[in-house]
Amino acid sequence: MTVHDLIVAPFADHGALRRALVACIALALGGGPVGTLLVLRRMSLMGDSLSHAVLPGVAVGYLVTGGSIGAMSLGGVVAGLAVALLSGLVTRLTPAHEDASFAAFFLISLAAGVLIVTRAGRDEDLVHILFGDLLALSPDGLVLLAAVSTVTVVGVALLYRPLIVDCFDPQFLRAAGAAGSVAYVGFLLLVVLNLVGAYQAMGTLMALGLIMLPAAAARFWARAVWSLMLTSSGLALAASVAGLLIAHHAGLPAGSTIVLVAGAVYLLSVAFGPRDSLRVRYRRPAHLRA
Amino acid sequence: MIVLDDLTVAYERHPAVHHLSGAFEAGALTAIVGPNGAGKTTLLKTLAGLVRPAAGRLERSGLARADIAYLPQIPELDRRFPISVHDVVLLGRWRALGWRRGVARAELAQAARAIAAVGLAGFERRPIGTLSAGQFQRALFARLMLQDAALILLDEPFSAIDARTADDLIALIAGWHRERRTVIAVLHDLDAVRRHFPSTLLLARDCIGWGPTERVLTAANLERARRMAESWDPDADACAPATAPTA
Repeated sequence: MTVHDLIVAPFADHGALRRALVACIALALGGGPVGTLLVLRRMSLMGDSLSHAVLPGVAVGYLVTGGSIGAMSLGGVVAGLAVALLSGLVTRLTPAHEDASFAAFFLISLAAGVLIVTRAGRDEDLVHILFGDLLALSPDGLVLLAAVSTVTVVGVALLYRPLIVDCFDPQFLRAAGAAGSVAYVGFLLLVVLNLVGAYQAMGTLMALGLIMLPAAAARFWARAVWSLMLTSSGLALAASVAGLLIAHHAGLPAGSTIVLVAGAVYLLSVAFGPRDSLRVRYRRPAHLRA
Repeated sequence: MIVLDDLTVAYERHPAVHHLSGAFEAGALTAIVGPNGAGKTTLLKTLAGLVRPAAGRLERSGLARADIAYLPQIPELDRRFPISVHDVVLLGRWRALGWRRGVARAELAQAARAIAAVGLAGFERRPIGTLSAGQFQRALFARLMLQDAALILLDEPFSAIDARTADDLIALIAGWHRERRTVIAVLHDLDAVRRHFPSTLLLARDCIGWGPTERVLTAANLERARRMAESWDPDADACAPATAPTA
């Protein structure tokens, strides 16, 4: 078996694999910046809750239109934004901590979604929404992923400065009279858009896998916000290609294989990355050596 | 000039400062002192425009948002955020730079001068996560310098830093005073107030004294502030008659 057989031929011979690769490229480009901002905002777990919170919107969109990508995505965006904004509202108006109100609203949303799907849909619908199907993406789904990715890259470029300042020192932005909430709402919108794009490919359960794991790993490679974003996209891309090939050759499901490869990249970065990794932190300084 | 007319400010619906009337003259250097819970921080936030007065009037004639720089006691900012000293300082120009505008050469020079003035020359590229508490406060002072504000509000700016840093920063404040900026600082160190701040507002929810520092920080006034602090009822309603003991 040649290198060509291992790496190039699968993509050349299988259209489904090529489409999956394109989907992953789109996910990686948008997910890098969004994942980095989630990590910097310490919202990694909230992003995860949010990814489940889109379920009722997706389910309603599915039931009303019988599977139109546009309707399902719109429903997902509405549900995700509703959960994010409602929990934000409760956090602002009461002394409750943000993570608690986030958890509360996402659980309500998730349960409502499961109820809708099981009551009115079929089991395979639920499986499809929960786990996605990377190798059976429709052309519409691909267009959606590409659109999300484009909007994300352009949106992050336009909002780059306020996003970073609102993340680093929101109090300063408020005192300066600048609209920090515009940046925050824009950020939430980008997160929800990416989740809705990702659930098509990876399912709502693992939607964040290709967004969060590379972003968490990038922290051990880069130090500035822009380089964190680029590194994160790059790692996501590498994990996608490797994951798709492994899944193809070993006959494994593509989505979970890719997320597991991204997980391996994360673990390797924690252990051996050039910045703040275990290797760097616990290496004995040269001048202490006997 | 900032005029307070029968101003009452509340923190989470509990009164923090009662019926305060007076004025901060333009160009004045004023310390706000008083026991913990005396309403100093809430008053400062009100002056910054971050808290609305519960009653009374606050007149900040001729001062727009951009003319006010506010340094909170414990900034809600993320000390491990991947951002350099240089970029933090340049944030002071946020008003001019906004979302998109590039940084002009003059602004770069301004940032370099401010960084040198606070004694952080050579630290420009350092991520803020590597700075000590004192160095970080120096960086925030450099950011204040770039804000170029007519009114500067500082909430316990020396609470977590060593004496040498405090001395350096007090020298910067004195420089702002010479530039005719209005500076109002909440402070605990009464010796520093006596040495460097011409005016003082002694606060214990009510105004105990406001004027030239040597006439406000008398033993009798300080004792009165201390006694009032002991009798505070944390659950008092706004302006309930019982909150101010007759001393």
